[in-house]
Amino acid sequence: MLPAVAQESKFRPTETYLARRRIIARLMSFLLFMAAAASVLVTTGIVYVLVSESWNFFRQVSLLEFLTDTQWTPVFAEPRFGILPLLTATLWAAGIALLIGIPLGTALAIYLSEYAPSKVREIVKPLLELIEAVPTVVFGYFALLFLTPLFRMFIPGLTGFNLLVPGIVLGIMILPYVVSVSEDAMRAVPSSLREGAYALGMTRIQTSVRVIIPAAFSGITAAYVLGMSRAVGETMVLAIAAGQNPNLTGDPREGAATITAYIVQMAMGDLPQGSLAYESIFAVGLALFVLTLFFNLVGFFLRRRFREVY
Amino acid sequence: MPEAIMNQETYRQSEFARASDPSVAAGSRPNAISDTLKADVRGLSFWYDQFQALKNIDLPIAEKKVTALIGASGCGKSTLLRCFNRMHDLYPGNRYDGEIVLLPENQNIVDKGIDPIRVRLKAGMVFQKPNPFPKSIFENVASGLRVRGIRDRAVIAGRVEEVLREAALWDEVKDRLDQSAYALSGGQQQRLCIARTLAPEPELILLDEPTSALDPIATAKIEELIEKLRDHYAIVIVTHSMQQAARISAYCAFMHLGQLVEFGTNETIFTSPKEKRTQDYITGRFG
Ligand SMILES: Nc1ncnc2c1ncn2[C@@H]1O[C@H](COP(=O)(O)OP(=O)(O)O)[C@@H](O)[C@H]1O
Ligand SMILES: [Mg+2]
Repeated sequence: MLPAVAQESKFRPTETYLARRRIIARLMSFLLFMAAAASVLVTTGIVYVLVSESWNFFRQVSLLEFLTDTQWTPVFAEPRFGILPLLTATLWAAGIALLIGIPLGTALAIYLSEYAPSKVREIVKPLLELIEAVPTVVFGYFALLFLTPLFRMFIPGLTGFNLLVPGIVLGIMILPYVVSVSEDAMRAVPSSLREGAYALGMTRIQTSVRVIIPAAFSGITAAYVLGMSRAVGETMVLAIAAGQNPNLTGDPREGAATITAYIVQMAMGDLPQGSLAYESIFAVGLALFVLTLFFNLVGFFLRRRFREVY
Repeated sequence: MPEAIMNQETYRQSEFARASDPSVAAGSRPNAISDTLKADVRGLSFWYDQFQALKNIDLPIAEKKVTALIGASGCGKSTLLRCFNRMHDLYPGNRYDGEIVLLPENQNIVDKGIDPIRVRLKAGMVFQKPNPFPKSIFENVASGLRVRGIRDRAVIAGRVEEVLREAALWDEVKDRLDQSAYALSGGQQQRLCIARTLAPEPELILLDEPTSALDPIATAKIEELIEKLRDHYAIVIVTHSMQQAARISAYCAFMHLGQLVEFGTNETIFTSPKEKRTQDYITGRFG
């Protein structure tokens, strides 16, 4: 039955209810703001510590020397602080990891998203996630004690500590990230696009490559950036299997300390606080931060450039 | 059995009668038409798992004519349309029974032995919501050619321009062919999708409520376009608009609960339908 006069409707909210609703809304927005502020605060705090500690370092070692010197010998009597050996080792390992992880991860994501029956997907995905559950130290010793001796039988010149094997292991380790993020992006592509592709007579691989990947591009980029950051920041595997010896090399069959390997090595020793070697930890940490930030920015601009609205 | 337009003489002369089993042609065919056939649906049933969505459909599709499928929401129009390009094969558990014979090949395209991709190379489809690919306008139209192994740039560029003109879109997009297709309006996107479908010269064009997501002006443009295309292609269109069906179709099929209730020429269906359910539906007293 329609109310005689609209004002008399019993469905009108009471003033007390509206007031309570207003308070809850304000409280919620305040709490959410605090959560956001806390994360910003923590990040700025970390950056502040990195920058201020590195400041002391760069007062004694010029930025030019830091970026161009080819020697990293912080505890020598005549210490040299050139980050190039650490940086190249980091990039070698991350590069090899990406060379393995990106093609394999993309192929696996396409398979899971576009080919695999749901039963297979339900089995393979948890198995992949199991890789994440393996402690990195286990991967490190797996690379050092099992894979390296095995690879040395086939690859002449491969030394006991080397960048190649931990790079490959790192590629396997980033696989779950690359696969799960890019597979999510591919599966989020609306089925109307998929149907449009098949309706044009495309095969599965044509649909995947010509329609699904471009449509999921921003998510796939995010997956690659995540894998990249993970590979650049990974520590344990490299500290164990690539050795701790700073070594500027163009040959991944040799061992070389990465930035992260150097940081753990130094942090575990008992360097006097305030010494130059101690402060160099923060300087290379800052360099690592800038490196990952750079890759994230590249990813961000790629994503923005290719973002698609369906 | 509706046999409004059954005409034994013309039927026997039709291409279908020549191409197929003479015993069938001799008399018992329901829904025969005097036009040349592009496809012939014979006793087609379809199941989504256990649910039977189509029940024993007989329906001729005339060459170079528009056949409209009408009926209340959920009666199986899209389901039937999507049999013509084996779209249902993309999802597990779907099952066909009966035949859709494509002519003049005289091939049952819902036969298990026929590769659905081969069927889709012949039958193009336009969907309810425009679904351009995340590519440039040019690449959208070119994609059907590229996946057919056509590489020659000049050939592709020529064909893209040709179909964009056919789809009455060329003047609006000729200066921005390399821009994203998503920059176009909904109506333009739908015309782009039609151009994309036309590019590889399909034998059969399937349209599933192509204007239901568009405003009246964009709808009018698409209808105009279909009127231009209908002299060149066999077109099957699903529509919920009686006016649209009446305006553009040569033949019309009324469906209800997975069955084909009545089939006839546009004139018969809209002026003197045999079935009361058809009449109720087209006059809006039904569904
Ligand atoms: N993917 C599906 N799985 C199961 N049932 C479906 C599916 N798609 C459609 N149906 C059912 O099949 C019937 C016909 O649907 P549809 O062909 O989409 O109708 P229309 O296009 O005429 O509105 C409806 O009862 C609908 O619920
Ligand atoms: Mg429908």
